[in-house]
Amino acid sequence: MARWQGQLIKIDDYRWKIPENYKTGMRVPGLIYASKEMLESMREEQTPEQVANVAFLPGIVSYSLAMPDIHWGYGFPIGGVAAMDIKDGVISPGGVGYDINCGVRLLRTSLSEAEVRPRINELINALFLNVPSGLGSEGKIKVSQKEMNQLMVEGARWAVKRGLGSEEDLDVTEEGGCLSGADPSKISDRAVKRGMPQAGTLGSGNHFLEIQVVKEIFDSHIASIMGIDEIGQILVLIHTGSRGFGHQVCTDHLRIMEGAVSKYGIKLPDRQLACAPINSSEGKDYLAAMACAANYAWVNRQCIAHWVRESFSKIFGKSPEKLGMRQIYDVAHNIAKIEEHIIDGHKLKVCVHRKGATRAFPAGHEDTPRRYKEVGQPVLVPGDMGRCSFVAVGTQKAMSESFGSTCHGAGRVLSRGAAKRSMKGSDIARELESRGITIKAGSIPSLAEEASQAYKDITEVMDVVHQAGISKKVAMAIPMGVIKG
Amino acid sequence: MEMLLLFLYNGLRGMKKTFEIIDHTADVGIIAYGADVEELFSNAALALFSLITEPESVEEKLHLDLQVSSEDRDSLLVEWLNELIYFFDVKHILLNRFDIDSLTHNQLKATCYGEDFDPMKHKIKIGVKAATYHMLKLDRSGAGCKAQIILDI
Repeated sequence: MARWQGQLIKIDDYRWKIPENYKTGMRVPGLIYASKEMLESMREEQTPEQVANVAFLPGIVSYSLAMPDIHWGYGFPIGGVAAMDIKDGVISPGGVGYDINCGVRLLRTSLSEAEVRPRINELINALFLNVPSGLGSEGKIKVSQKEMNQLMVEGARWAVKRGLGSEEDLDVTEEGGCLSGADPSKISDRAVKRGMPQAGTLGSGNHFLEIQVVKEIFDSHIASIMGIDEIGQILVLIHTGSRGFGHQVCTDHLRIMEGAVSKYGIKLPDRQLACAPINSSEGKDYLAAMACAANYAWVNRQCIAHWVRESFSKIFGKSPEKLGMRQIYDVAHNIAKIEEHIIDGHKLKVCVHRKGATRAFPAGHEDTPRRYKEVGQPVLVPGDMGRCSFVAVGTQKAMSESFGSTCHGAGRVLSRGAAKRSMKGSDIARELESRGITIKAGSIPSLAEEASQAYKDITEVMDVVHQAGISKKVAMAIPMGVIKG
Repeated sequence: MEMLLLFLYNGLRGMKKTFEIIDHTADVGIIAYGADVEELFSNAALALFSLITEPESVEEKLHLDLQVSSEDRDSLLVEWLNELIYFFDVKHILLNRFDIDSLTHNQLKATCYGEDFDPMKHKIKIGVKAATYHMLKLDRSGAGCKAQIILDI
């Protein structure tokens, strides 16, 4: 594809604007968070065009935003944020993505690297056995149709009520692990059939479970509130979403939206941006179905966190409480939310689409959990399996500028095919082992697709959001053991 | 975005192209060919299962009668592939032959042949999760038809 030739106006070292007059039909300008060096690969990939396309959507306010981890997606770029006025704006399933409420959960432990390193193989094997993963993996929890309907409405609490986790976990989960407005009557029989056997599974692709070692603490006060106390401490990161269930919900509603686009006379530059007015029956139905899938994903991460605690407990012969396995936070990075933001000095209810972007609410916000009220909502940003991951917090700047949003990960630079051609999965496993990273994967060849070289450097991505002020770095951790589906 | 030709699959050696696999940064795409639209739909389905597994390892032990309807011809192609993905994801059925029995601009009837997934016999290469409308193109010319579909994996 040809290099993108459009105009990018420099606002400062980390902000670049696509003027509203770049393309006829744009309702607002585009705003990209990036360093100068990152812009080149964005131009090569044509992603600014997608940022401009999102600006066509009815009701969009302020800017079509792009985080520094942006890469080419379907319709919406991955790493895109767009807020639509709920009075006259639209909701677009493509602005959420297929994997509804794909997200990240981080657990702390009181264990140190010295205690875990000698037992890492045992631990990884125990986790691999205890957490169903891989293509077509089926859950250990058998969910009936009736239970499916309950978990879609209750979210993570459904699992907690069954002894998989605690009330405290819910306190430190975005939305308390339950998005309101879920209506199972808006879910197709097909979605239910895809979802039932996959509840409580990690899945495949870029989803993973990682044992990490804290390497750097940037803000010790905030870190200590999170329970991150020292270098060398062990953390556990869970990255998964709503599996085939979310995909089917997205597929079903995209089809409905296809009809809505012509019904409401919406002009779109890309069919995958299909949308409907938030207040229309199609829009409301999607929001109700999306909430079901978001809640399914929270059940999924809740179950997996429980089995992670069980596995640690088995290997180290102590209860999860004794091992200090408290949850730091759980964030969604593929979701749409109705939120209140200040736009041009006025309070406005908007539908914030975060497609590959993380909510980053500041200290004092009513939705920032009690534990973090004074420091801001934790932001969890996983990197690739060979580099590192970051913990940050949301800021006031994010609230005033990016609809309380920040980046979600490293962002791909190589396609899966290109990654596979340039590397071999078995070589990557060996290389990681030589650097002290134990890996267990359902498919070794597919490891190449997720190699470090296929991703942007997460450190550069985090530097941009930190310097731009839309989140504040707290700690960095590197992988010691990884399970890939 | 990088669009590189990965490989060319010839259904029959020396015969015309049936499909190609293309790279897409986060995902993967297919370009399917056909002398007519029926053949194009059949080849697109074959391309899908060539991504999921090795189609030559699949025997014709069962058949599925499928009916798909949609808004228009382009979206019919997306819905057709989504129908097949559903049967793979939920029923774990691998297919390798697709007879298109009837096809209008928004409706399709097909008989598909294949067998249940057997982990001892079949290799699963990637789990395709959805066919998308993104960059969807279906062209007809005098020489035949061609379509591009991006898949979410």
